[in-house]
Amino acid sequence: MKHKIKHIINRYRYFFILFIAGLALLVYDFELGANSFRLTGLNMLDMISILPPTFILLGLLDVWVDKALMIKLTGEGSGLKGAVIAFLLGSLAAGPLYAAFPIAAVMLKKQSKFSNVIIFIGAWSTTKVPMLMFETASMGVKFTLLRFFLNLPVIILIAVITEKMLSKREKTEIYGKAEKL
Amino acid sequence: MIFSIVFYIITAVLFVISLKKDRLKTKAALHKAWKSFENILPQILTVLMLIGIMLTLLSPETISLLLGKDSGWFGVASASIIGSVTLIPGFIAFPLASALLKSGAGYMQIAAFVSTLMMVGVITIPMEVKFFGKKATLIRNSFAFGFSIMIAIIIGLVLE
Repeated sequence: MKHKIKHIINRYRYFFILFIAGLALLVYDFELGANSFRLTGLNMLDMISILPPTFILLGLLDVWVDKALMIKLTGEGSGLKGAVIAFLLGSLAAGPLYAAFPIAAVMLKKQSKFSNVIIFIGAWSTTKVPMLMFETASMGVKFTLLRFFLNLPVIILIAVITEKMLSKREKTEIYGKAEKL
Repeated sequence: MIFSIVFYIITAVLFVISLKKDRLKTKAALHKAWKSFENILPQILTVLMLIGIMLTLLSPETISLLLGKDSGWFGVASASIIGSVTLIPGFIAFPLASALLKSGAGYMQIAAFVSTLMMVGVITIPMEVKFFGKKATLIRNSFAFGFSIMIAIIIGLVLE
């Protein structure tokens, strides 16, 4: 029991430290502190609205899409087709970038090619279709299209660079990490 | 908002199909969903606290002060840093960016802000490290930062 409590405190230590920092801000300047907790609360509501479907989807993905299919679609040797599929998967998503990480982990677990997982993350962060529509509405077509076409090569470049800069051992470690999640 | 609703509907439909096809597998999926959620919960809570404190200290007034039209390179640099360390959802960021443009901010600065906001996530690094390890996270974020500035320069040159 004692061990379990210690484990929980250890896992949540950064949260506790920041929570205390927030309380300190509250004491130092009540309005600033209250505002920071209000913003945390608002963002939490935002997160709560998007997280349940995200995690249920990744659970379903994990159970229904078997390794063989994922390897065939986006694994080593899937070539251009794999990159395009990873790009489309990321672009069709909804939700903030942090929601992409657990899904990326499932892709890793199913042996997607590493660069394709990074392409997925890149597409999720910058070329999500719902967000592009919203961007067009407030920034105009010209800005949105320009940014979109500049971002396409960048997404691929970042994926290739990240893949190349990691050693085989480092990649194996990341795949091993995903396996344990 | 509408996207969240669509997302929920899609998830619900898939969930029902899954349930109809195989009860046990669906149960396993829910179990996995919960396990992955609980696994990342400490990082999520940390990020939420960070967002509150950071956004309080960086008010909209501060942001517009730093990104003014005549802020030049300093403006691009501060825009990139602000975009990297904040986590503002698109439906707030784009109207904010468009308002800033109308009130005199430059295209280059705004593009730098929007681009880094999307691609670089300093606040979410604890979560990213948890899945990808320190090195891959560092590589992805640094290159995303560099390329964002390049994209901003091109957008600025084309649109200004």
